[in-house]
Amino acid sequence: MDSLTSQIKQYTPKDFKSDQYVRWCPGCGDYAVLNSLQKVMADLGVAPQDTVVISGIGCSSRLPYYTSSYGFHTIHGRGAAIATGVKVANPKLTVWQVTGDGDCLAIGGNHFIHSVRRNVDINVLIFNNQIYGLTKGQYSPTTKKGYITKSSPFGTVERPFRPAELTMGARGTFFGRLLDVDLKTAQMTMLAAANHKGASIVECLVNCVIFNDGAHAWIAEKETRADRIIVLEHGKRMIFGKDNNKGLILSGFNLKVVNIGENGITEDDILIHDAKCTDTTMHMKLALMEGPEMPIAMGVIRDVEDETYDDAVESQIEQVKAKSKVKTFDDLIATLEQWEI
Amino acid sequence: MDNVKTTELDNVVIRFSGDSGDGMQLTGNLFSNLSAILGNEISTFPDYPSEIRAPQGTLGGVSGFQVHIGSGKIYTPGDDPDVLVVMNPAALKVNADSLKKNSVLIFDVDAFIKAGFEKAGFKTENPFEELGISDTVQLIPVPLSSLTQSSLKDFGFENKTVLRSKNMFSLGLVCWLFNRPIEQAIHFLENKFGKKPDLLHANVKVLTDGYNYGNNLHLSVSTYLVEKSHETPKGKYTIINGNKATSWGLIAAAKKAGLQLFLGSYPITPASDIMQELAARKDMGVKVMQAEDEIAGITSAIGASFAGSLAATSTSGPGLALKSEAIGLAVMAELPLVIIDVMRGGPSTGLPTKTEQTDLLQAMYGRNGESPAVVMAAGSPDDCFHYAFMASKIALEHMTPVILLTDSFISNGTSLWKLPLLAELPEIKPNFAHENIENFNVLSRDPDTKVRYWSIPGIEGFSHRNGGLEKDYFTGSISTDPLNHQKMVDTRQEKINNISNQLPDLKIEGDPNADLLVIGWGSTHGHLISAIDILNKNSNNKVALAHFNYINPLPKNTAQIIQKYKKVVVCELNSGQFASILRSKISGVEFLQFNKVEGQPFTVTELENHITLLLK
Repeated sequence: MDSLTSQIKQYTPKDFKSDQYVRWCPGCGDYAVLNSLQKVMADLGVAPQDTVVISGIGCSSRLPYYTSSYGFHTIHGRGAAIATGVKVANPKLTVWQVTGDGDCLAIGGNHFIHSVRRNVDINVLIFNNQIYGLTKGQYSPTTKKGYITKSSPFGTVERPFRPAELTMGARGTFFGRLLDVDLKTAQMTMLAAANHKGASIVECLVNCVIFNDGAHAWIAEKETRADRIIVLEHGKRMIFGKDNNKGLILSGFNLKVVNIGENGITEDDILIHDAKCTDTTMHMKLALMEGPEMPIAMGVIRDVEDETYDDAVESQIEQVKAKSKVKTFDDLIATLEQWEI
Repeated sequence: MDNVKTTELDNVVIRFSGDSGDGMQLTGNLFSNLSAILGNEISTFPDYPSEIRAPQGTLGGVSGFQVHIGSGKIYTPGDDPDVLVVMNPAALKVNADSLKKNSVLIFDVDAFIKAGFEKAGFKTENPFEELGISDTVQLIPVPLSSLTQSSLKDFGFENKTVLRSKNMFSLGLVCWLFNRPIEQAIHFLENKFGKKPDLLHANVKVLTDGYNYGNNLHLSVSTYLVEKSHETPKGKYTIINGNKATSWGLIAAAKKAGLQLFLGSYPITPASDIMQELAARKDMGVKVMQAEDEIAGITSAIGASFAGSLAATSTSGPGLALKSEAIGLAVMAELPLVIIDVMRGGPSTGLPTKTEQTDLLQAMYGRNGESPAVVMAAGSPDDCFHYAFMASKIALEHMTPVILLTDSFISNGTSLWKLPLLAELPEIKPNFAHENIENFNVLSRDPDTKVRYWSIPGIEGFSHRNGGLEKDYFTGSISTDPLNHQKMVDTRQEKINNISNQLPDLKIEGDPNADLLVIGWGSTHGHLISAIDILNKNSNNKVALAHFNYINPLPKNTAQIIQKYKKVVVCELNSGQFASILRSKISGVEFLQFNKVEGQPFTVTELENHITLLLK
């Protein structure tokens, strides 16, 4: 069999679409993310056969069936560990892991934090709709406290996880966020995730029309969105708003929204986003901003470099091999204390 | 020397016992190696306490190492010792029940003092009388500690360091007792302490002094001679324990198949040595991932298998339980995977350092749905190499998870191992997808064997989507069609059943013309064949043994063989798990049972006794 066959070739999103009928509910946010992903896969230029999509269980985890790459729809929560195995076994592959808020942060929480800690070079799309969809409407680890679901008829009494906090707490090197309906930002963020070497975590805010419709409504409405989100780009000023007249500054230890042109504030006063800063303080502050006082941060919030697990495993083996006299299995046998009978 | 009598023995069992810090494992290992080099057959078994460092001198801290050496076939580490070396009263107490009449007891007089008796829970200051052994056992008191101190008085070591060498004094003494030339022992020490000349020099000095002490003492006991074995096939040998043999079996299989070896694993007693051994084998290109839990251990391996590696995971009973769902995924996705379960006492945390065969039904049936997997078991420490190799071969050639059962007893125990050459091992031909498959999809399979073709990411033309959902037999797409599900269930079963065509026939050992057939599986082989050989030496007795290494599927001739015998007894270290499997698969046979679940291997004596009852 041939080795990897990636060549410089132009791909289109069609090259990454499978012949399977997509079976998400009409209006589901997952469709938009799938389309954005296929666009990004084409833009990346990695051949379908060198691309692997791994998923666990849940609505979003059906995604591998809809891409024409190699795919593996596995078991609940274990996608991160399986994706790690794939990437370590063959680091030349481009590995995407598709997961949801339940799959990734409840049953798969342990694998999630450890894949982030190891910094294995996989691209993780967490479809966060704040609900269990496939099991028909129970609350998830990201469901807002007090929310009424089938398993919380009087409202949840649990405090939700915030994926950014978990990622950075697990020493994550990349965190991005996108919104299903904002295709431009979604594609930009996924592409940055794919280009990042290491575990790239992308929180995809998706809408579940059936069990949690409007969970992200505050930022989903097109007319008001520009005033309610800020799309972060490394090296650019943190300016947002329909009229590009709002910005973020530091006030004491906290971020504050200001209007450019008011109270003597000029563009030069607005913070510049540094996604490459190893310190997580500012990234955490940006990722945890909430409305209505603050805009929701979208795009690439954190993107720092560190050695990846799959590279480290390979290079250690190469180092040991280079020094060792044991080259073959028979050499290995020869190292044993042995005698003739 | 001339006045010392030498007694020739066919075989002898020696047990070294002391505090876990006393170096009993090293002493035992060196003596075993020495005996093997001189041509004896050997079998050893270490018995560690589960505490890492229990308080000194207490019963909980006693660590033992037993070796059985012989001039004929040796299958087990032996039941009770003929020679027992104890470093303190606690070690005596722990081993008191196993002291045979006329056995030799060497003990460190310096440790047999009031404080030691109290720590060991003796009520008097004469433990031998207290145990009722002062007249039945040959006592050899040796001031091991003080002699070691005087041996090393010019070395300027701290007393603590000095006393750590007293195991070498006992080794020297035992070398004398068994007429072992100490030059070979010195050679071993040179290998071990070569980089620390001070320590080497000191240990050699104490070893030599121990040997000379025996030589000059004109002890009233005779020395022993165990001639070299003439039953061992010619060849190059080493001594290997089961976990190392298992690890190397996987490496050999990967080399033979031309694949990378990946192990995903999580620390668990008594299986961790496999992960550690493979982590040390980067020179062989082995990729080892110490996962965050048992589930990630197996699922990372499944990922590696999907990506084209020979993938394995190693664990023990509690870990196998956690891996159940993932094994089901490997069954459904029809991916090659080797799962090694080094069984220990259960249920739950159970007896982590002790041995049992209680995971058999878990391995067979411990999954949701109709989920057939291959189950096999190794029979001895050196056997682990062969069966780890064969488990890999079956997994790769039949695209299935294979569960290999070993256990605490053979994983830590050692036996002689005839060194293999890679070229002499069977070929392994993974069932790779190829260009001549028409309308390739994820479920394309060999029409005869029903084995799915393995297509690996990175290769154009074979992209596919695999998964845990039921798939259509013909197209590989997700399917909930009732008839298709039945067909897929049958196909997965048929694929496993077909493996029996490749398995060696079940063979009868002992006396094939017997009326009584003893059945065993896995690590009990040595004890069973030893008991049966002893019984068959009496011409009135006729006993046959059918020992199983392949359990699912069974060898093809299983029913045919078993149905020939009038009386059949299944002996196993559980409450009757293999017996229940045989009952479900073979009709017309009454399967008697002999079971023990004490966390210990069978003893040859108890098997002899029980089989004798059945012969009447």
